[in-house]
Amino acid sequence: MAATPTRPDALIHARGLTKRFGNLVAVDAVDFDVDRGEAFGFLGPNGAGKTSTMRMIGCVSPASGGILRVLGMDPFVDGPRIRARLGVVPQADTLDRELRVEENLLTYARYFDLPWPIARQRTRELLEFVQLSDRAQSDVEPLSGGMRRRLSIARALINEPELLLLDEPTTGLDPQARHLVWDRLYRLKQRGVTIILTTHYMEEAEQLCDRLVVMDKARIVAEGSPRSLIDHYSSREVLELRFPSDAAPALDGKLDGVADRMEVLPDRVLLYTQDGDRAVAALHERGVHPDSTLVRRSSLEDVFLRLTGRQLIE
Amino acid sequence: MKGILRVLEHHLWVYRRTWRGTVFVSFLFPILYLLAMGIGLGSLISHGPTRTLDGVPYISFIAPGLLAATTMQTAFSETTYPIMNRAYWLRTYDTMLATPLQIRDLLGGEIIWLIFRLTQVAAIFFLVMVAFRTVHSPLAPLSILAATFTGLAFGMPVMAYAAGQRRDTGFSVIGRFIVTPLFVLGGTFFPIDRLPIAAQDVAWLTPLYHGIALSRDLTVGGASAPASLIHLAVLAAYVLIGVGAAHLTLRRTLSQ
Repeated sequence: MAATPTRPDALIHARGLTKRFGNLVAVDAVDFDVDRGEAFGFLGPNGAGKTSTMRMIGCVSPASGGILRVLGMDPFVDGPRIRARLGVVPQADTLDRELRVEENLLTYARYFDLPWPIARQRTRELLEFVQLSDRAQSDVEPLSGGMRRRLSIARALINEPELLLLDEPTTGLDPQARHLVWDRLYRLKQRGVTIILTTHYMEEAEQLCDRLVVMDKARIVAEGSPRSLIDHYSSREVLELRFPSDAAPALDGKLDGVADRMEVLPDRVLLYTQDGDRAVAALHERGVHPDSTLVRRSSLEDVFLRLTGRQLIE
Repeated sequence: MKGILRVLEHHLWVYRRTWRGTVFVSFLFPILYLLAMGIGLGSLISHGPTRTLDGVPYISFIAPGLLAATTMQTAFSETTYPIMNRAYWLRTYDTMLATPLQIRDLLGGEIIWLIFRLTQVAAIFFLVMVAFRTVHSPLAPLSILAATFTGLAFGMPVMAYAAGQRRDTGFSVIGRFIVTPLFVLGGTFFPIDRLPIAAQDVAWLTPLYHGIALSRDLTVGGASAPASLIHLAVLAAYVLIGVGAAHLTLRRTLSQ
């Protein structure tokens, strides 16, 4: 990507941002800007450099090179001042198991130097917001994964942050718990909170992000809105075919030209086309009869596959 | 300074749930030891050829030694698992560092918390010593500070070590090969001039020997400024090296 000029109005501004651990380059000269009020995503598989990028934005991990400005300030110089205006939901659950649910929020509020009455009031409101009021006096340990994640989100909101950083907010949650988290994040977005999240769930990125970058092997490989990425890197529809496991050699060449592009995965074949039903008909004309056919809309998963040649979750 | 207070507030919240147990143990330990070693063993000694040590009954001789050894052991338990847990297993420090708090706040909070716990243990121990009539000098209350300083001198290097650990194997090694030998041989139960010369030299290098000597001079009587200053200087060296090392370890483990 070509470097664009500095944008002083951007909430986050990164140019050539790099993170090295010894010889390992975790983040390799990435450029991006995040505007106020945006929901911005880092999409990529494990090990792509998402978490390292988040830790640099969160001012807990110093950059090894490049420029990074968060809220117009330099994390290296103004770390505590920046962190005072951030909310962070880490990937690993860091709730305090030595404290009860309510105490987790109260002590955290005090780290931000909030006076006790405000700390108590916000604790009450936020437990309400994440639907944990009835668990205020509970220990952390017996909470379900979804409850803990919601508590982490409540904790990150205690200082009314301008910028909320979420590192894989729904990884490991069951679908119901995931939708509850998405719902809360959607409400925050409506209130104007700027949200940055990492994810390897396409559905999450499509649901929540206004704009996202696709990361792979420490680099940003594409940037745009979910819709524009799909339009740009994929076709309108995708035809998924499954064949008996011994059929692969017999297919040689028979699928060519049916669609704009083809991906052969271990368990299925993907045909990228403007019209899935017409492609199915064309296959039948050629005497190809898969075990199953599925026509669906293109998703970010297809974008990722196109860009990297690999699936996000294997 | 404000950040340090916030860390202390956190520790107090946690301590709210466990303080009764720690206070109980703080009384139990000196009572048991002074009964068993002081009165039990002491009665044998007072009927033997030695009769007194440093001019006082055996129980008064070992009481200040036990005082300093107890703060050493308290420091050991406060700076091993709790520190490793907050640094690694419970990620308490990561949580704090996502807020305006900084590493120096964490370290300052831990130091002051350790001083608080050590002072508490030493003060309770001193009360028990008074009850057992083992205090023979108007300077004796200062032994609470001496014992606290002893615990700090022992605890800070251990904290520096524990902050970088992910497993507890090293802790039992420290316990077996440093804490227990120091407790038994460091001057708690008998004067170290009964040890071989080489062992005396080793003892002189340890914080516990100086802590015991300082505390004993204060409770038995006979504290002299030059000797006390030397003891304090050795303890201070341990504290300073420990604080510096702890800061380095925390930086290395927490801000990568």
